[in-house]
Amino acid sequence: MNVRYFAWLRERIGAASEEIETGAPTVGALVDELRARGEGHASAFADTRALRVAVDQQLASFDAPLAGVREVAFFPPMTGG
Amino acid sequence: MTTRIQSEAFDVGVEVEAFTAAQAGAGAVVSFTGIVRDVAGGLRWMELEHYPGMTEAAAEAMRQEALTRFSLTGALVIHRYGRLPPGAPIMMVATAAPHRGDAFAAAEFLMDWLKSRAPFWKKEVTETGESWVDATDADEEALGRWS
Repeated sequence: MNVRYFAWLRERIGAASEEIETGAPTVGALVDELRARGEGHASAFADTRALRVAVDQQLASFDAPLAGVREVAFFPPMTGG
Repeated sequence: MTTRIQSEAFDVGVEVEAFTAAQAGAGAVVSFTGIVRDVAGGLRWMELEHYPGMTEAAAEAMRQEALTRFSLTGALVIHRYGRLPPGAPIMMVATAAPHRGDAFAAAEFLMDWLKSRAPFWKKEVTETGESWVDATDADEEALGRWS
């Protein structure tokens, strides 16, 4: 699965994307696995209430299922316009 | 294309004129332009990051939703990414309708959604450092009036 990071998450983790082998059933379970990958990840995912997630480029919730999903992206609340 | 996500600058006058010329049956055209603002002083530039692919799809979905919700003859969304200096246009929307009420409301609808649900992130680069712009509660609350 391709996991992508944007804005300050990307900076904190030090990568724009990673290929992750995971059997995590939900976004939340994936976050628990990612937190264990290192200090940068742990810091980026310290408070998921401050984060948004997209599953296959659609906004989703942290309890969204991951079966068949190819891409998950994490980012802070958007600031467009 | 009536949804464009681009790094290049755009000319608001040219865009509004071309958009207006393409509308049949419109009695009102409303346009909004967002401009890079130096809030605290010392802004060197604004860096806009986005999520290629999702950005285009999300912005186009919002434009389609505006066309469904309001009585419009057309809608245009342009949003830039990359490095933008103070005073530069960041984005614009234009809406056309038989009557001005729908054109104004649709422009506000598009702005509220683009601000909080299109995957863009602003970083301010100043003389003294750089920082990500935080989303505001007001921006989030603005979406409530369209539900």
